[in-house]
Amino acid sequence: MAERAEERGVIPAQLAARRSWRLPPIVQRLLTMPLRDPFAFVGIVIYLLFLLVAVFADRLATTDPTEILFLSTGKVAANMPPGAEYPLGTTNLGRDIYAQLVHGTESALAVGLSAALIVALVGTVVGLVAGYFGGWIDALLMRIADMALSLPFLPFVIVLIGFLGPDTSNVVLAVVLLLWPNSARVIRSQVLSLRERSYVEAARVTGASQARILFVHIAPNILPLSFVYAAIAIGWAIITEASVSFLGFGDPDNVSWGMMLQDAFASQALSRGQYAWFVPPGVCIILVVVAGFFISRGYEEVFMPRLRR
Amino acid sequence: MSALVELRDVVKHFPVSRSLGEIVRGRHPAVRALDGVSLEIGASDAVAVVGESGCGKTTLGRLMLKLTEPSAGAITFDGTALGGLSGASLRAFRRQAQLVFQNPFDALNPRFTIYRAVAEPLLNAGIPRAEHADRVAQAFRRVHLPDLERYLDRYPHQLSGGQLQRVVLARALVLAPRFLVADEPVSMLDVSVRAGILALLREVRDDMGLTAVYISHDLALVRYLCERTVVMYLGTMVEDGPTAEIVRNPRHPYTRALVAAVPVPDADQARAPLPIAGNVPDAREPPSGCRFRDRCPHAFARCAEEAPALRETADGHRVACHLDN
Amino acid sequence: MMPRPLLAVEDLQIHYATRDGTVRAVDGATFAVPEGRIVGLVGESGCGKTTAVRAIMGVLAENGRRAGGRVCFRDRPIDAGSTRALLWREIAYVPQSAMSSLDPVYTVGAQIEEVLRKRGGASRAAAKARAAELFELVGLSDRRLVDYPHQFSGGMRQRAAIAMALALEPSLLLADEPVTALDVIVQRQILDMLRTLQQRLKLSMVMVTHDISVVAYLCDEVVVMYAGQVVESGPVREVLGRPRHPYTMGLRNAFPDLLSDAMALVPIHGGPPDLRETLTGCRFAPRCPFVQPACTAGALAADVTDDHLTTCRRSAEADTLRTAALDPGTWQRV
Repeated sequence: MAERAEERGVIPAQLAARRSWRLPPIVQRLLTMPLRDPFAFVGIVIYLLFLLVAVFADRLATTDPTEILFLSTGKVAANMPPGAEYPLGTTNLGRDIYAQLVHGTESALAVGLSAALIVALVGTVVGLVAGYFGGWIDALLMRIADMALSLPFLPFVIVLIGFLGPDTSNVVLAVVLLLWPNSARVIRSQVLSLRERSYVEAARVTGASQARILFVHIAPNILPLSFVYAAIAIGWAIITEASVSFLGFGDPDNVSWGMMLQDAFASQALSRGQYAWFVPPGVCIILVVVAGFFISRGYEEVFMPRLRR
Repeated sequence: MSALVELRDVVKHFPVSRSLGEIVRGRHPAVRALDGVSLEIGASDAVAVVGESGCGKTTLGRLMLKLTEPSAGAITFDGTALGGLSGASLRAFRRQAQLVFQNPFDALNPRFTIYRAVAEPLLNAGIPRAEHADRVAQAFRRVHLPDLERYLDRYPHQLSGGQLQRVVLARALVLAPRFLVADEPVSMLDVSVRAGILALLREVRDDMGLTAVYISHDLALVRYLCERTVVMYLGTMVEDGPTAEIVRNPRHPYTRALVAAVPVPDADQARAPLPIAGNVPDAREPPSGCRFRDRCPHAFARCAEEAPALRETADGHRVACHLDN
Repeated sequence: MMPRPLLAVEDLQIHYATRDGTVRAVDGATFAVPEGRIVGLVGESGCGKTTAVRAIMGVLAENGRRAGGRVCFRDRPIDAGSTRALLWREIAYVPQSAMSSLDPVYTVGAQIEEVLRKRGGASRAAAKARAAELFELVGLSDRRLVDYPHQFSGGMRQRAAIAMALALEPSLLLADEPVTALDVIVQRQILDMLRTLQQRLKLSMVMVTHDISVVAYLCDEVVVMYAGQVVESGPVREVLGRPRHPYTMGLRNAFPDLLSDAMALVPIHGGPPDLRETLTGCRFAPRCPFVQPACTAGALAADVTDDHLTTCRRSAEADTLRTAALDPGTWQRV
């Protein structure tokens, strides 16, 4: 009896000590993934750089990007070549291109990250609910997804903005409306197979609630997929915003890379050889989009090694 | 002795997707996994359910645990109909009835530590957290996993099949259930490990006074666990009786085939040829009358016309065969 | 007199490179397959039996390599390259899960005909006729040739996989757990069919299995593997009837026997050793109830008496040990 009492006392104490706080392994893997995949590492570095630029935009570029600059002679400082004062020169209306580029990072990341977050969230929740509950809920959600997938991308965005007005948040809305079905469908099919796993059945037998089964036993297994789709959505959102702005449907009060390209195009910057005006924003768009795909690729490799072949 | 689990005329059909022709003709094809099964399992009894894949034995186990609902018929647990359980009453049932899985490599959440997996039922049952460590430790001792310290913070992929199956059993026992269903608990394990798990299952059943149902396709295994055996074929019960009697003196032609097919590790022993040929027919369109008739070496006209009922032939031994009448 | 071996494996070494070091999955396995015999390769998961067969076939996983030893087919050494030329025509393979060898998007008949035409150079008509013949041989109706694999039951799929393996009349059939996933009655039907085929076609066969009842029922010879090595081999009746290695004795005890009255099943405690480590002496020693200090030191020496080989140091006392092994208490002490 004494021995038993001792066992009862000692073991729980040891157990309690071992229950110290620690990152769940899924989070550990999400955090350490970039170290294992060089592509993802490059992607993360690019994002970090852009993030720093966006955060410190006001200090990196002290000129207001929308301000019309004047020369000491009183003339508008239009089409200045790159120089000490204006690293990338000025536009045909006398605005600082460097300042526009730096501030464009802010709007690009804001659009990209918010769209990615919402796409991942909506896609994950819809995929989980449709896959787990099945039946008419599944049928309804998937038919809606099919409809969304059949919409032509750019025309839909333009029409939506035509109705709701040229606001950046409407670009985000359009991207979300178009991209959630992709992630929802893939996540749903994953949930369908996870639902049949014995450990999910075990959770039912031991009395776990539906919510617990869904969010504790199933959701962590599809989290990597959500990340992959979020990373892809960043790129798509930035491209979409740039395309919309380039076509002239962008938010006129917002400085963005797409708007810079539109201005350069409209004022025929190429014919004047103002490469410093349109090459940098183009390169930035490419870098951000490519970085997004690098990261999604890295997550795929680490979490779904079977996809590699 | 009263029955703890009782099934009355239980039917389970799984609808299958219809072809255009079937829709036009208004037909509703279904896999008839169970067709009219009645069974009483007394408290503290151990019953084996034996049959080939597709005979409905796994469906039977899932029905008894309310993991799926019958298409018709009633199942009661301790006098309460399972059909009416929900909310608090369902949670109360879940605390009393547990399942051991066939594949231990799939039965534990790969993202949960062993401790968390075994403590999960306690959490779901609303047992205060302060008691968890103690009860998990107790469950581990029960399944003879010595030095539990070594296991608790591990993840399932770090354990062998035999260890995993012990963990799965510990999880099933941690709530001290009254009723345990084990679906092919050793078929995925190596032979040298099987014996240990079988011995453990028998031991916990005796110690805890569990009512148990063991599902298997191998008569030799269930003989070590159960005094009573139910033989199933294509969704119906064909024989039910004391295991020793069924092994030594099988009455139904199908049971005879099962006994003849039992693996024997002895090369010197002469083996009787298999008395039946062919495959299990499609469960969507089972034969009329006796479902075994198209493979039965003794089938006669009546077998096609009338399905034989389970009839008691000796004390506690029931057979569904026209020959035995 | 032993028939001439069709396949001889000598001191085979297979290493897998993993992140945590080199796994010596097969570490010096020697056995032979005499012409017209069925040899059972038996052992627990991880003992190297499947790896050995895959090495004979020349289809090791990417991180695996043959680190030593010889494989001879009809007295000629073969390696991964030369085996490829022998596949189908001389050596054929039946996998555990026929689903993995059959392509779900083609009919079973089309797949068998493809083997006949691509590998065997048969004409379309000849291939069709031969496919029907093969189906009949394995007990399937030739009307099922136009069906897809998913329309077959597990047992029928296994029959189809065997029919495909036999397409080009190989002399050696390597079967990896061909009946493990099947129900007992279907298992028995497939084993009966394999026995009939073996006699009719004068096949030699290697039967990889963890189930000694399969060996007892079907095989002529048995090779018992443990932790990458052969611990006992010889004629089935001899090895299963009078085992001389404690591991074989333990396996035999752990097997449930429907007809014996002994109600005790005796497990072998513990698990196999980690094959990444350098191991000396007998690898079963940590689990062996009859272990002696000498067992863990030095190289193993095989003792062969009347074709019955064992690596146990105490094989001379085998009769005494066998009696002791029947007592469940013996195994409890380890």
